[in-house]
Amino acid sequence: MNVPCSQTQATSIAIMGSGGAGAITTGSLLLEAAGQAGWYGLLTRSVGPQIRGGEALAMVRLAPTPVTGHGDRYDVLVALDWHNAGRFIAEIPLNDKSLIFADAEGGDPPSAILATGAHLIPLPFTDLADELPNARPNLLALGMLSELLGIPMDDTVQAVVRALSGKGLSVTHATDALAAGGQLATTFPDTQRLAPPSPRDTGTHWLVTGNQAAALGALRGGIRFAAVYPITPATDLSEWLALRLQKLGGHLIQAEDEIASMNMVLGASFGGIPSMTITSGPGLALMTETLGLAVAAEIPSVVVNVMRGGPSTGIPTKSEQSDLNIALYGLHGDAPHLVLAAQSVTDCLVTTQWAVQLSETLQCPAIVLSDQFMGQALTVCERPAPLPDGPPRRIAEVGAARYDRYALTEDGISPMAIPGALGGQYTADGLEHNAHGTPSSSAADHLLQLDKRRLKLEQYDYGKAWAEIDGEGETAVLTWGSTTAAVLEAAAQARTAGLAVKVIALRLLSPTRPEHMTLALQGIQRVLVVEQSHSAQFHHFLRAHYTLPDRVEVISRPGPLPIRPGEVLNHLLQEIDHE
Amino acid sequence: MNKAEPLVSRYSHEDYKSTVKPIWCPGCGHFGVETSLFRALAYLELPPEQVAIISGIGCSSRIPAYTQCYGFHGVHGRAPAVATGLKLARPELTVIVTSGDGDAFSIGGNHFIHACRRNVDMTLLVMDNEVYGMTKGQPSPTSPADWDSKIAPGGTGFSPFASLAVALASGANFIARGFSGDPNGVARLLVEAIQHPGFSFVQVLSPCVTYRPEERFWKKTVHPSSVESTNDPAVAGHRLLSDDGFTTGVFYVGNRPCYSATVDTSNHDLRAIEEDLAL
Repeated sequence: MNVPCSQTQATSIAIMGSGGAGAITTGSLLLEAAGQAGWYGLLTRSVGPQIRGGEALAMVRLAPTPVTGHGDRYDVLVALDWHNAGRFIAEIPLNDKSLIFADAEGGDPPSAILATGAHLIPLPFTDLADELPNARPNLLALGMLSELLGIPMDDTVQAVVRALSGKGLSVTHATDALAAGGQLATTFPDTQRLAPPSPRDTGTHWLVTGNQAAALGALRGGIRFAAVYPITPATDLSEWLALRLQKLGGHLIQAEDEIASMNMVLGASFGGIPSMTITSGPGLALMTETLGLAVAAEIPSVVVNVMRGGPSTGIPTKSEQSDLNIALYGLHGDAPHLVLAAQSVTDCLVTTQWAVQLSETLQCPAIVLSDQFMGQALTVCERPAPLPDGPPRRIAEVGAARYDRYALTEDGISPMAIPGALGGQYTADGLEHNAHGTPSSSAADHLLQLDKRRLKLEQYDYGKAWAEIDGEGETAVLTWGSTTAAVLEAAAQARTAGLAVKVIALRLLSPTRPEHMTLALQGIQRVLVVEQSHSAQFHHFLRAHYTLPDRVEVISRPGPLPIRPGEVLNHLLQEIDHE
Repeated sequence: MNKAEPLVSRYSHEDYKSTVKPIWCPGCGHFGVETSLFRALAYLELPPEQVAIISGIGCSSRIPAYTQCYGFHGVHGRAPAVATGLKLARPELTVIVTSGDGDAFSIGGNHFIHACRRNVDMTLLVMDNEVYGMTKGQPSPTSPADWDSKIAPGGTGFSPFASLAVALASGANFIARGFSGDPNGVARLLVEAIQHPGFSFVQVLSPCVTYRPEERFWKKTVHPSSVESTNDPAVAGHRLLSDDGFTTGVFYVGNRPCYSATVDTSNHDLRAIEEDLAL
């Protein structure tokens, strides 16, 4: 059994070009214009390894309802040229319903593109641009797309003027170029027009990337100090945060390496300031020793890890969910800590804010897993509501009485003295210690402190946010991270096709919530695990910590190609006998 | 503070000492360094709760727990980074890093260089005994190239690390050397180092009587500098590079600009930032 996979209300547009052609700019402006006009949308990018000006692909999806992931195929491909197109073919699924608009001066399309059966329409973007003052072919393409999709040209003009006003482009010239592009589209069939947007209050919509959202979540959570080392694809988060921290009275410093970053974070947090660092896989690997220290010395600290293809340098510019194992198990010793995962661009905000709150409350490091797909995706979305404040860091009331930094308390959380407070002096120590904080190698102290550090995480009430649970049925899809978008879309389509599907997308990965999961899996006969990792890290994690029904199927493959809804849907609708 | 002047302070060095018994061997040079540190803090009348002693791993790095100050005993080699985070977040605290030659110059070499370069207002006190004591006698970056050890029979063959010259080239703002057998002299250096703005580096030759017993004779080898300190890096560089490594005193007192920050946590108004994201 098979059903059409594309969300009928959504339109997907890919824009491709070589260095300097402006593919990403065209996509961003299209998204912004559509957002102005009332649609929601998502833009992800694929770029070559060049530092500047390499070939680029912008993938845009627009819909009248919020968009968190890509669909199964592209309705429209705009080729500003075909140079280096081979690099991107696997990322742009097309079929015989797809339209390709290619600049007539852009060379010949690769045979693999023609083999998809997509309808090729050459257009004179370059020729027309040459006839107009200050016009570039990509502006004509944008005008064409705007007209084709039914985005009011005024919104497109506004987006262009705002973005390019500093670059000497006059409103008249921009309008002329966009209009000339739009003129090209008036001869096309009307089939690609967007479904009309729902009426909305324009003030509540944001244009934001996942990395920006995570940074804002950190600020909402109270982070005021950050130490970072540049690494793709996390650097833009740090850059965005630096200026905002400055405006708020906080501080971001670029350290000499990731080890120093993490240690600076612990120093600042030891000083009482909520602190974070931002990195990606190789950087996280360097931080793991210090994360062990944060566990042992019970110092709140947050690491946002924007995952990329690994191991080693891997594929720095593209997404993968393969840092799950290092985040969960990468620390030495028995080192319980928090691991949370964002599920979408807007959830980067929510999850990061929650991670800061939990880290401060539980005096424990928190790793937030985001990925390149979400982190660098630009989206038009609803403004995420702030979370209610969590319990703040418990500060010790110190004075003449003896202060035990690592006192054994009922909930495992011991009040923390902050340097400067008389009577609270203690040594934060990576050495095992007794309740007072004095180094100890006794078996009894070791066990007491190990128990304390585990219990404070396990006993805490995390509420419903440990997972997002959607739908009911005897089939459940278990997933996490940015893959959630494709799973939710597939589940909705499966329901339409008559299969009741429940989606359980985990946000809190550590500590595990076995009782909650057992409840969530009640009545489930069949589980499908969906993840973007070659070695099925999430599947093995689930096997290790949770009781799953007998029938478990797995979709697990590496990045950088996103897992698409159709792949999940087809799997769900296949009758596969369990092993 | 000079030798003749009796110490008059509302604090005694006992006010900085905790009840934790050091793990050091009898005769270890670090006992003298600890005393010097407490004397310096007492002389400066720094309330113990306003002082943070940050360390890494090794014999010398055990000092935080032996004090009544706030302490941080972290991972190997990274103490300058911890101290940087703390000082930027809490500029009003007095931040002192206590370290050894392995911790500061080997595993922490990169952080040493960048801490000098950043010039955040703190003091790095390195107890240099030219050996890894805690792991029982391996060569450190300051060991002589021909020093025989189990792990490097016949010597490492590596040139020793010229820590003071590296500190100067990297941008440290105050550079001095002392000897643990002269606790008052080290205390004077530490007072000056703590008071001087920016990153101050004090190397203290501190014999390891267990794994380098020959270092007991350092008391005969060290000699005070015969010249005043300079603020000219070229002069200081020449002196350091032509020095025998046993001259004690202040080599360089610079006026390089410090890196500092203020961190204010009171502002929770994110409206302006959020408005920038609105379409």
